[in-house]
Order: sequence, then structure tokens, then C-alpha cells
Amino acid sequence: MASITIRDVYKSYAKMQVVHGVNLDITSGEFVVILGPSGCGKSTLLRMIAGLEEISGGTIAIDGTVVNKLEPRERGCAMVFQNYALYPHMSVAQNIGYSLKVAGVPTAERTQRIQAVARILELEQLLDRKPMALSGGQRQRVAMGRAMIREPKVFLFDEPLSNLDAKLRVQMRSEIRKLHRRLNATSVFVTHDQVEAMTLADRLVVMNGGRVEQVGTPGEIYSLPASRFVATFVGAPAMNMLEGKVVLDGLSLLGGSRRLAVSRAGLPVGTKVAVGIRPEAVRLVAPGTPGALNATVDLVEELGAGRVVYVDLDGAAFSVMTSEAVHPAPGSAVGLQFSEADLHFFSSETGSRLDVFKASVPVPAL
Amino acid sequence: MEKRVTFSRWSIGILFAVPQLILIFTFFYWPAGQAVYWSLTLQQPWGGGNIWVGLDNFRSILSNADYWNSITASLTFAGISTGLAMVIALVLATLTDRQLAGSRLYRVVLIWPYGIAAPALAMAFRFILAPEAGFMAVVNQVWPGFWDPGLDGTDAMASIIVAFSWKYVGYNFIFFLAALQAIPRSLIEAAAMDGSGVIRRFWDIQFPLITPTIFFLLVINITESFQDSFGIVDIMTSGGPANATNLMVYKIYSDGFRGLDYSGAAAQSIILMLLIIVLTIFQFRFIERRVHYR
Repeated sequence: MASITIRDVYKSYAKMQVVHGVNLDITSGEFVVILGPSGCGKSTLLRMIAGLEEISGGTIAIDGTVVNKLEPRERGCAMVFQNYALYPHMSVAQNIGYSLKVAGVPTAERTQRIQAVARILELEQLLDRKPMALSGGQRQRVAMGRAMIREPKVFLFDEPLSNLDAKLRVQMRSEIRKLHRRLNATSVFVTHDQVEAMTLADRLVVMNGGRVEQVGTPGEIYSLPASRFVATFVGAPAMNMLEGKVVLDGLSLLGGSRRLAVSRAGLPVGTKVAVGIRPEAVRLVAPGTPGALNATVDLVEELGAGRVVYVDLDGAAFSVMTSEAVHPAPGSAVGLQFSEADLHFFSSETGSRLDVFKASVPVPAL
Repeated sequence: MEKRVTFSRWSIGILFAVPQLILIFTFFYWPAGQAVYWSLTLQQPWGGGNIWVGLDNFRSILSNADYWNSITASLTFAGISTGLAMVIALVLATLTDRQLAGSRLYRVVLIWPYGIAAPALAMAFRFILAPEAGFMAVVNQVWPGFWDPGLDGTDAMASIIVAFSWKYVGYNFIFFLAALQAIPRSLIEAAAMDGSGVIRRFWDIQFPLITPTIFFLLVINITESFQDSFGIVDIMTSGGPANATNLMVYKIYSDGFRGLDYSGAAAQSIILMLLIIVLTIFQFRFIERRVHYR
């Protein structure tokens, strides 16, 4: 149980700076997921917490102690690696117990603790096997066991589920969640998979290009994305984004071919904005319905429980997620309807959220 | 499952193997067979046929104290030079594995000694280790008479061991470095997270994982130290002083072509061959068991 405090941390290699001044407070017992596309610096940040990567600037403190200069073993973190990093020449029991052996724990106590961990992870039958003889899910559990046995202050996960097949991933996801509830240890989990991130996180940190874009609960991130990047990165299918300009009676979209009547509170006429709307917030209506945007159907993707309808809006691609039993034929005309409350506005220049249109929505405290 | 190319008729496969078979037959089985034949007969130095003498050649060699001295010298040489060449190479490779700048250059530079012909490098070491003019002359200046491979058998043995090890350090280094680099970085990091320090990590993680390479190099080094030592001995010591460096491979040459005892030399080469075979079998039987293949 420990809190982690990250202050103005940056990381640069010879010529490139990859993490630009990250600030983050992780409270004790929290499960924090760092989400971002590959190359956004999320793994580097995790490895700096672990002590595997030198911190170029700023400080990282675990439980109030600055750990910048401490060796990995002195930080009290345990890590689960993407490729599991099991020692191939050791049995499962030896893999799990290696840290205790290094620490000089007597054999009897070691065996007992290995057994205890193996029981939690249902590895008791496999203790004598070598990692080679294990399936992906079993290896994953051994890697977890190796982290657990040390009873660390902090658990670090570096994309631990990305090597598993889809079904196993869902299963391991819930196992990790259960395990966290049981051990209640501070956990930092890095992933590029948004479903994983949404389902696991107490709090989500979205990173892009070495910067933190937004920190919040999965719900906050989904409903109030702080930037255009977060809006399009979180959610599947991705949020629709249309370029527009503020005009006297609302918004002019797509170079003026479409108009939306929205209150433009505060923004000067002529401001360029990006308007976002989630595919699941759009309703398909009959073409020509008053107040609806008319579009042409491109493609329908059947998902079983629902379907994604891709439409063409004067050359701009737009997707609609519907659970209704409608199957518009490609090429046919449809109307798109949505409420003003579901629109997200972002500055065209900086990409940051503009909340002037929805002054009534409270900004949650972080 | 790997896909294998198969030939529809076995005769086509044989046809492809024929060039290699001819080479091996001409340069290995035929001479080896001849050596076996000669070792069982007495060759006339100026021609004129062979007399069948059975195992007499072997008996006379094995009852000769000089020959046993030569076996001892060879085993000493093989043991120490293999040990030196492998340990030094492993230490260098482990240090280099920590990603020093210019490690690519090292790899090229360090393979060069292996490319130098044994007599050429022996000549260089003969100068370096000369008691009157070389590097060791400085030591002799401080402790007069400390170093003289021309008179002292131990010094002479040390000289050829140094020269041979120098050649094989580079060779071993390349293999060790490749093996170390093949170990996933995350394993080392996982061990570091588990609280293991640099030295401990080496013994617990890296060393066990490079045992296949260590085993391979052990076999090669020992075999080569029995065979590749000829040029070094010939140039540096000629087997002297007082037979102290008369290794088996050199004794075969000197007895056969200097002493004109073809039959005795043939018998010696058979014994050397058997010794290497036995040593190699021994290594595969007893050491390979401790190797972890991934």
C-alpha cells in the first residue's frame, strides 16, 4: 500500500524527448490505467516508476520517498511484463520464489509462501513445470504470482494481456480486477487497449505524444473528453468529428454545406471548431425529417446485438451505432438526428475542449 | 510444423550429397584409413614396402616415457588454454553486453586474431615474449632470470598457452556476446525487479541461459587446442626446451618427418584421434546434461 507522486517528470534520450513533464498523483490502493497509442511514452513512464529507466528530470516519490536514485529492488515495486519474462530454465515454483531466494528467505518459509500464492492463482498442479510447457494464460498467472509473492507496495503492469487471445484476455482481465480487490495494492497498468483500460481502471490516464491529455474516471473520460485526441481515441467506433465554424445562428459545418442551430454562447462568430458526436448518440431517422442531417449509406457492419452504419456526409465519413432493427441498403438516403447535449466541441487550433456551448454541465473535480 | 523439402527418389538426394561425400572421403576417411594401415605396419624410410607388425608400434610408443610426457603436456596445454580463452572471453563479452558505445567495432576487431594464421601470430608472440628484447625483458630487468622460455620448460609452456589463448579469446568472445544478446532484455529486468544485483543476475540468469554456447565452445576449444597448436609450437619453441612443449600433434610431426619414423607417427596420430573422440564423447555424456536448451 503506497501512494505514488509524479512531479514534472520528463525523459529524454540522446536527442529525443519522449515524456514531457508529467504530473500525476496516485493514491494508495488505487488501480490506475495509463492508456495511449504506441509510442506515447506510457511504458517509459511505467519503467521510470519501476527504476528500469533513468528519470531525466522531475521526481517520482513512492510513499513520500523520492526514488529517483534508488535501484529497482529498493523501490518495493513488482512488475508484470508484456512477454511475461519468465526465467526459462527455472520451474514455476522457482520462478515465483526467485525474489525470496535472492532475499535469503529460508527454504521452508519460501515453499510455504509459494504454495500460498499458487493456491490463489490455481497453479498448484503446475509448480514443477518449466514455462515452456505452459499455455499463455498459465504463463500470465505465473508472472502475476512472481509479482504477488513479494507483497510489493506497488504493482506495475506493462501491457500484460496483449499476448493473449481475445477470450483469455477477457478472463484474465476480470482475474486481475478480482486480485486487486483482494490485495488492494496500488496498481499502475499500462495498455493501448481502451476496453481493457475502461474495464480495469479506478482512474484512467490518457497519454499522447509524451503528455498527459486527461486524468479521470472511465465515465468522465468517456462523457467529457478533455481534448480532441481523447475524444477520438476512447470509444469504439471512434467519435465522429466534423470541422465547423461559428456563425450567427449557430454552426456551419463542412465548408458551409450543412448548418446546425446551436446556441453559440460566448464564442465569437468565425471561430473554427471541431464538432464531435459519438456514433451511439446518433439516431437514424427517415430522410427529410425536419432538423435531421441527410446522408447516404456507405456500408453496414453487423455486430449481432447492433450494427454500425457508415454514412457519407458530403464527403465526410460518419458512423452511426444503432441497436434498432434497421438495415438500410448501401446507397440509400437516411436522416441523422441527435440532441445538442451530445455534441462535443473542440478548438480547431489547440484541440482542447470548448465547454461554452454547454455551460450547465458541471465539471467534475479530479 | 516446419515444412521440409523431400525428394521423390532417394537417388536424387544421394546425387546432391555426392560432392560432399567425395570431399570427406578424399580428405578424411582415406587418409585416416591409410594412417590406421601404416600404424599396423613398419614403413621403410626409403620405400620398399611395409612389413605387418600388428600392434607393435602402439606397444613401443606407449612404453616410451617421452610419449607419456607429451600426453601430459598436451592435456596441460588443452586444459589451461581452453580455460583462459573461455573465461577471459566470457568476462569481456559480459562487460560488452552492457551496450557500450562502439560495441559493433569490438566485434569486428576481436574476431581478427582468429583470422591470423597460427605461425604468424606465433612469430609475433615470439618477439613479444623474447627474454632479451621484448615486453618480458622489462620484467627480467627487475628480476634477472625470471623469464626465459628458451631454458625453462614452464616458461615455454606459458608462452604457447598465452599465444593460443589470445587467438581463441576473440573467437569465443563473438559467440559469447551473441549468446548474451540473445537473452531477452526483459529477463534481466525482471531479475532486477526481483532484487537481484548484477553479479547475482549473471550467475542465476545469464550463465544458465548461455550454457549451450559454453558447451559448444568447450568442445571446439579443447579439440582445437589439440590440433591447432602445431604452428604455434613449431615457431615458438619447436617442442623444447627438453620436450617441455612437445605436444602430441608436434611430436607426430617431429617423429614422422624429422625422425622418419612414419609408422610410429601414424600410430601416434591414431592415438591422438582416439583421445579427442573420447574427450568429446565424455563432454557430451557428462557435461551436456547440465546444459539448458531453450
